[in-house]
Amino acid sequence: MYETKYHRASSTDEAVKLIGGADDGKFLGGGQTLIPTMKQRLAAPSDLIDVTRIEAMNGVTVDGGTVTIGATTTHAEVAGNGDLAKACGAVCDLAGHIGDPAVRAMGTIGGSIANNDPAADYPAAVLALGAQIMTTKRTIAADDFFAGMFETALEEDEIITAVTFTAPAKAGYAKFPNPASRYAMAGVFVAQAGDGSVRVAVTGAGSDGVFRHEGMEAALAGDWSAAAASGQDVDAGGMLEDIHAPADYRANLVKVMAGRAVEKAG
Amino acid sequence: MATVSMTVNGKEVSADVEDRTLLVHYLRENLHLTGTHVGCDTSQCGACVVHVDGKAVKSCTMLAAQAAGSDVTTIEGLANGGDLHPVQAAFKENHGLQCGFCTPGMIMTAVDMINRHGGKNLDEATIRAELEGNLCRCTGYHNIVRSIEAAAKAMG
Repeated sequence: MYETKYHRASSTDEAVKLIGGADDGKFLGGGQTLIPTMKQRLAAPSDLIDVTRIEAMNGVTVDGGTVTIGATTTHAEVAGNGDLAKACGAVCDLAGHIGDPAVRAMGTIGGSIANNDPAADYPAAVLALGAQIMTTKRTIAADDFFAGMFETALEEDEIITAVTFTAPAKAGYAKFPNPASRYAMAGVFVAQAGDGSVRVAVTGAGSDGVFRHEGMEAALAGDWSAAAASGQDVDAGGMLEDIHAPADYRANLVKVMAGRAVEKAG
Repeated sequence: MATVSMTVNGKEVSADVEDRTLLVHYLRENLHLTGTHVGCDTSQCGACVVHVDGKAVKSCTMLAAQAAGSDVTTIEGLANGGDLHPVQAAFKENHGLQCGFCTPGMIMTAVDMINRHGGKNLDEATIRAELEGNLCRCTGYHNIVRSIEAAAKAMG
């Protein structure tokens, strides 16, 4: 790891001030991606501004049908939250299958979506639930937030403070993890809103990061069944291709995972 | 350089280290607590698992500075004098190790999973799922799982 300076912020104002004074600073969440990346010298921020001790950014609240998850809430905290399990158990299920238990004790929802790894799980949930991403500057709709592989709408000095969404009537997430890395080779989150509209988001498979599948959304709105979801065409042209899976294999995985996600949603 | 202080195995400790120092290196090189191992260095193997404020984490994937002010427990902090912790005793009794390299991380992970689930609720499937972040290249996990089952039973 190259040299860096560590700062611990106690408020968002302090964190923004610290990054403003840094040459090439980065906000540090749980560090489960950033620290390994720095160890490999693939990232070399001059300063790390740890935002995990900012109390206002932590915790899950369920108020009527509105769910708000603070950005520094760990995957383990999300997975084990009883109120959230009742409001949208699919998010608990998703969080409980990220990485491994030690990673889940540290990793945060804010860090995951700010990084927008094309194989991360949370972007699928955030996009399929039509969540709002609250930051120190504004509120960004999920549809406007994810901007391709490892890219988001965030500005350099903008911090995600929370993610909020309306609890869906039904939701489910299914992924096919890479047997070695356990990252999603295809992960599909399906959500049916109270008004019957459906959103489907796919992670792990798309060559441009997380994306919605409108064909599946339309099919599921008319017929909420695994067969309706997995019967849709998935264009292999837009899929990632690597030593683990060719594009057509990933396209097929998307269909299979979509069907399983609907089955899990019930 | 900065002075990083924390509580390790019940003792207040302090060391001047570079900000980029990983917690595992702080423990091994500054405190000479070499029971915590560096296996893969890529956050996958779990040989470096310690408890920070009661949670099992990978000490190779955390800066020492992130743990400043925290309460850290390493494998050296489990036994009570000459009396092994029930999980350590169970690994010994059930031959839960071969070369022993992964064992500190396995035991720290096992203690954490028994604490979270309660000894009575830990079945084999849960233990195997919970061991996702700990790799063993000798035993094929069978006796590790048996050890954790025995320890969970003993701890109730």
